[in-house]
Amino acid sequence: MTTLTHNETRKSEKPVETETAAKNAGRNKARRRTRAIWIGRLMLAVVVIGGWQWFTEEGWVDKFFFGQPTQIWDALVKLFTEGTAFGTIWENLGVTAQEALLGFVLGTLVGVVLGLLLGSNKYLSAVVGPYIRILNSIPRIVLGSIFIVAFGLGSFPKILLAAVLVFFVVFFNAFQGVREVDQNLVANVRVLGASPFQVAMHVTIPSAMTWIIASLHTAFGFAIIGALVAEVLGAQKGIGLIISQAQGTFDPDTVFACMVIIAVITLGAEFLIGLLEHRLLKWRPPNRSEAQSI
Amino acid sequence: MEANNHHRPPGALERAEDSAGIDIVGLTKRYLTPKGETFTAIRDVTLRVEPGQFCSIVGPTGCGKSTTLAQVSGLENPSEGSVKVGGMTVEGITNGVSYMFQADALFPWKSVLGNVMMGPTLLGTPKREATALSMDWLRRVGLAGFEDRYPHQLSGGMRKRVAMAAALINNPRILLMDEPFGALDVQTKAIMQNELLKLWEELRPSVLFITHDLDEAVALSDRVVIMTSSPGSVKDVFDIDLPRPRGNVQEIRHEERFLELQGHIWESLKDEVTRAYARTAGAAGAAAA
Repeated sequence: MTTLTHNETRKSEKPVETETAAKNAGRNKARRRTRAIWIGRLMLAVVVIGGWQWFTEEGWVDKFFFGQPTQIWDALVKLFTEGTAFGTIWENLGVTAQEALLGFVLGTLVGVVLGLLLGSNKYLSAVVGPYIRILNSIPRIVLGSIFIVAFGLGSFPKILLAAVLVFFVVFFNAFQGVREVDQNLVANVRVLGASPFQVAMHVTIPSAMTWIIASLHTAFGFAIIGALVAEVLGAQKGIGLIISQAQGTFDPDTVFACMVIIAVITLGAEFLIGLLEHRLLKWRPPNRSEAQSI
Repeated sequence: MEANNHHRPPGALERAEDSAGIDIVGLTKRYLTPKGETFTAIRDVTLRVEPGQFCSIVGPTGCGKSTTLAQVSGLENPSEGSVKVGGMTVEGITNGVSYMFQADALFPWKSVLGNVMMGPTLLGTPKREATALSMDWLRRVGLAGFEDRYPHQLSGGMRKRVAMAAALINNPRILLMDEPFGALDVQTKAIMQNELLKLWEELRPSVLFITHDLDEAVALSDRVVIMTSSPGSVKDVFDIDLPRPRGNVQEIRHEERFLELQGHIWESLKDEVTRAYARTAGAAGAAAA
């Protein structure tokens, strides 16, 4: 026993050194890796945007149809300094963002409530299930035309279309989330005397939350698409209207500029949803999947 | 709120007279398969667990052990026969029952403290009281200082301790355990068995304990029930007369009386296991042919 411990203490002197060295080496390697990734990202952007600029400059690709990065930048500056025929860009952006947000909230609420309801009631889901699948398979974008005919050019049809697109994404996730609830957990709280309401509050909803929140990332993108498409179909204000106007005057640069603006908005919303996710799902083990880093 | 009256005051010790016996008479449970056929999981099961007794059910895989527990808890209703707990026929959820499963059945989104607090919270215990009680139970199972962790941050054995505290905190009259230590490694299992015995001897609920492990059954129980393979029914009942407190379950395994009882019960169990194995092997052979 004594010789064993003696040996160990003697051995442990050297490993301490090598361990710190290994730690430093690991840290350096990680730092190099991060730098390499950022260089790669930057180069990819330079190649794509630079190539676009170059090809259109040389005339191999017609900038009249496909725009040009520098002109897109000019269009972007013009949108923010001079505004548009329908008021300032902020005004239009505000309208679109509001429509998308309200549609997002409405679609999420209805999707979550119906998803939880159908998920926890086998009979109801068996009855309604096929119809929901049918509704899901029709091209819902076309509903935009109907909404505009029915409700006019105001904000409401845009909110409605955004909500419809959001609904299905959230609904299916909430439904699946309820189905994946650990039945042992349900049995456990039922035995402890939980009412159906308590089972929902303590087990079903928190458990389905993982699925619901995962769907919100995609859902917000759909909300923006819904609002934009409805605006393109007919509106008095909004980014979609600017896009359809630019299309009418053969102005691809403004269309691209609008795309950039929307992309920034979506990324911002995505970031906020990410924060929400982090806060609500802080109990989850750290995700080791590589896809997470994209 | 009537439900609450049947729970014993949480934390009270030495109340064996309050624990309820379990009387199962002629219990049969059939299930409807999705194809519309009936499948009999257990047939004519009759067994009795005395108040405060530790009773194990041992049997081959798929003999309806878990089904029996589900009927006792009231999560399912028997097709025939009756289950009485403390002299009252089970209809709906039985009062004063706790469950412990092979899987952890912990809330991954609740902290350790939150998990243990679930029982008192569902009984409507005020939050401060429930917290104090839960902290006390965490101390009892040796997890003081871990109350803010989430289940995924704990080892398998620690998660079992949390589950044990969560199951016992309401001071149940009846503790149903469905292979609770089945997924643990041998050393952790032995530790958890000792912990369970210690806590059980303090609280003395009636226990129905399902296991595949005959040694475990003999070391822990007052009574071992052997079930036949499907449809399950009671084959033999053995009373274990090893003195209590049993002390270390690993040491008891080497005692002469233990080996004698174990050998005796194994004789009975062996046939069932062999038959169940032959059936599944035969079925696999038929499927392959």
